[in-house]
Amino acid sequence: MIHLEGVTVAYRGRPALRDLSLHIGHGERVALVGPNGAGKSTLLRAIAGLIEPTVGTVELDGRPVASLDRLAVARRLAVVPQVSALPFSTTVDEVVALGRLPHEHPIRGMRPADRAAVAAAIEQVGVGHLMGRDARELSLGERQLVLLAMAVAQDADVLVLDEPTVHLDLRHQVEVMELLRDLNARQGTTILAVLHDLALAAHFFPRLVVLDGGRVVGDGPASEVLAPDRIREVFGVDPSLVRLPEVQAASS
Amino acid sequence: MPSHAATMAAPRSGPRLRTALLRRPAVLAVAGIGLLIVMLLAGVAAGTVTIPPADTIAILAHRLLGLDVARTWSPAQETIVMDLRLPRVLMAMTVGVGLAVSGAAFQGLLRNPLADPYVLGTASGAALGAAIAVILPFREVIFEFGLLHLLAFVGALTAVFVVYRLSRVAGSGQMTSLLLTGYAVGSLLAAGLAMAMYLSGAGLRQIFAYLLGGFDSASWVRLATAVPLVFGASILIMLRARSLNGLLLGEEAAAHLGVDVRRERAILLGLASLATAASVAVSGLIGFVGLVAPHVVRLMVGPNARLVLPLAALLGASLMVGADLVARLFGEIPVGVVTAVIGAPFFLFLLRRTRTGYEL
Repeated sequence: MIHLEGVTVAYRGRPALRDLSLHIGHGERVALVGPNGAGKSTLLRAIAGLIEPTVGTVELDGRPVASLDRLAVARRLAVVPQVSALPFSTTVDEVVALGRLPHEHPIRGMRPADRAAVAAAIEQVGVGHLMGRDARELSLGERQLVLLAMAVAQDADVLVLDEPTVHLDLRHQVEVMELLRDLNARQGTTILAVLHDLALAAHFFPRLVVLDGGRVVGDGPASEVLAPDRIREVFGVDPSLVRLPEVQAASS
Repeated sequence: MPSHAATMAAPRSGPRLRTALLRRPAVLAVAGIGLLIVMLLAGVAAGTVTIPPADTIAILAHRLLGLDVARTWSPAQETIVMDLRLPRVLMAMTVGVGLAVSGAAFQGLLRNPLADPYVLGTASGAALGAAIAVILPFREVIFEFGLLHLLAFVGALTAVFVVYRLSRVAGSGQMTSLLLTGYAVGSLLAAGLAMAMYLSGAGLRQIFAYLLGGFDSASWVRLATAVPLVFGASILIMLRARSLNGLLLGEEAAAHLGVDVRRERAILLGLASLATAASVAVSGLIGFVGLVAPHVVRLMVGPNARLVLPLAALLGASLMVGADLVARLFGEIPVGVVTAVIGAPFFLFLLRRTRTGYEL
């Protein structure tokens, strides 16, 4: 599904990813954790084909992502974008409908199947009560959910999220995690999410990839990769500050 | 995720000026076409010599559709309608379409509601080109086009090209860098224009006439040159509505939604600049229509470029024909003055509306 081999990405000579190899199989649910500047967002952008590695290859479905055009990538891989300002008054429905861009008819626009996918995504993410409102008047958390609904409407095999819970209250954080688990279980969607909250990652993701200094320094279930000495080493904090679930029942 | 019935607010009215009827794009399209036809007929019928509407329609039916109509009009009236007013009105329509569509495209591309077709230097480039043509000591006329039109067209396109290249050198090619480069180059060209005007002597009036814009020099030949460029570019822009929609959420999000941002930006920029350059070359600098028409349409149908572009084209055409009509009824005042009087208050209204919602 997603395969990176010896990937090095450098920004102005400074390497953000160093000789990184990673394989994520179809239907996996992977949390990407690591300190600020570890290269998490760079990794996501490399997987989405927005930056080309200086060295190494990134493959999506067995094909180099660089050889796919943007539309072909967008049909396979949906990325929840960062909350950004909208230049014009745009309703929530219209934002979610943007998720159908890679599928809709290039001239005529949305077809019935597209409208159905939009309605389903709105229902799944639970943003039905926001319909008809101007997306610019929503809170950051609400906008984040709307953008998540948009990415869900994109109906891709892989869903990539960068900090999907950053603006959300506790209940919505958990609900987003449950939604991701649901999409994964019911539709087999491969999930790749950057998370800062280790407890959330440990609880909801069977596989954690720990990134530090542009390298993978840990890969496996939380019980393995989030050992107390690892947390001290990678994140530079007292491990007792991070309360992780005792049992890995979360992965079920 | 469960829906939160408890937190569900009472359904709010939509954020736009929408009524049940106006929400339907098809209704708006029919209304837009109707308005344009009325404006076109009014534009042909009215003027310093008033020709009765019935006669106007009869002349048009006779000459354009070949209908056998009883002649109730004089040959002079026929000449006024066919050789003076009709090309003029159609030219206003064409320029209205060009500016409205390119305005909508620039606003979408730059993600800036206050952008207009002139924002990336087309206006100052065209103005400088026209001013240089006035200063130059020779007067070539090829195919009814003077040096002024030619240099205005070339100036507009050159200015955008320079802005585009400089913005790519300057930074990562972001829209903001494009906008700021456009501002810088525009200022430089404006200085050149001021210098040209200072040197122009007796030609100053001609330069001013160009800067304020108008359709008094319209002719069938000029129309035949402008129409393919403006309509061709406008249709090609409309076919790329998807890219403009993707850019609503920014460049990175657009890329994730399947838009090849770099390529689409270059293509759309080129097409919008072509439509603008062809428009300003034949009409001079007429402001506000390209800014206002797309926004009025967005207030009614939302930001979907598939609806905004064609409806803005219809509205822009009607506005421009109407503005030209008003200009003629007031004794040939510059059309740019009329559009500014209508457009500037709207611009202020827009500024108030968007100040809270828009961040660069």
